[in-house]
Amino acid sequence: MSTQPRRRRLEVEDHGEVTVVNFIDRKILDEQNIAKIGEDLFSLVEELGRKKILLNFSNVEYLSSAALGKFISLNKKVQQAGGKLLMCNINPDIMEVFEITRLDRLFSIQRDEQTALEAF
Amino acid sequence: MRKCFQDGSVEVVIPSDLNEGQQVRDIIETQLRLHHFEEKEIFGIRLALDEAIVNAIKHGNKMDGRKRVHICFHVQIDRFDIHITDEGAGYDPNQVPDPLFDENLERSSGRGIFLMRHYMSEVTVHAPGNRLTMCKVRKKVPLKGDAR
Repeated sequence: MSTQPRRRRLEVEDHGEVTVVNFIDRKILDEQNIAKIGEDLFSLVEELGRKKILLNFSNVEYLSSAALGKFISLNKKVQQAGGKLLMCNINPDIMEVFEITRLDRLFSIQRDEQTALEAF
Repeated sequence: MRKCFQDGSVEVVIPSDLNEGQQVRDIIETQLRLHHFEEKEIFGIRLALDEAIVNAIKHGNKMDGRKRVHICFHVQIDRFDIHITDEGAGYDPNQVPDPLFDENLERSSGRGIFLMRHYMSEVTVHAPGNRLTMCKVRKKVPLKGDAR
């Protein structure tokens, strides 16, 4: 019996102590995808012990409230581990979602990757 | 199952399967583009649709494969209307904690109905809470000659 290879949803790069995560999907809408993205993000903290994480949204055009839920859970895990989660390159439509839900107050959001890396 | 009516409205019945829900969203998105809705409007409608259809499948029908979601939508040049009915017990939207309160900001769920209300012109949950109607009335409608 063959097992289906797991599709890559995140691109993870280390910049010094900071782990930069890029999303492969342009739309983070599908529930099953979101669950897998959540597992991959949580494993960065829980299994790999990463404490400084930057989520780069430059590829992302859409996301749903289920995705927001995963980012909130990730933020809690990072904080519990004594680390820091930052976000950057959020497009204006998605930024509006963060603003109307007031999540722009919960998350530290930076304009671009360079500014975010300097903010850690 | 999909039925198209003479007035342009479409009725779709899908099983409680998130992939099927995704396909309905894609069909509606295509129709919105054909009716020259702007990208910003499509972004909001798509987000509201995603929240509503996932709610119906996941929370309404509780992913029960025997239950169906009934969707009827109508895209016109000046508005978009949709009715979504699941076969679950329903819920009271007034019981959903306000996601904007400080004490609820860190909750990982409960923003769906809030997002629908923000992006759509009208959202109504009908008792017993398993039927939702939403519409988006366009503020600026392209004139016939403007349609590209």
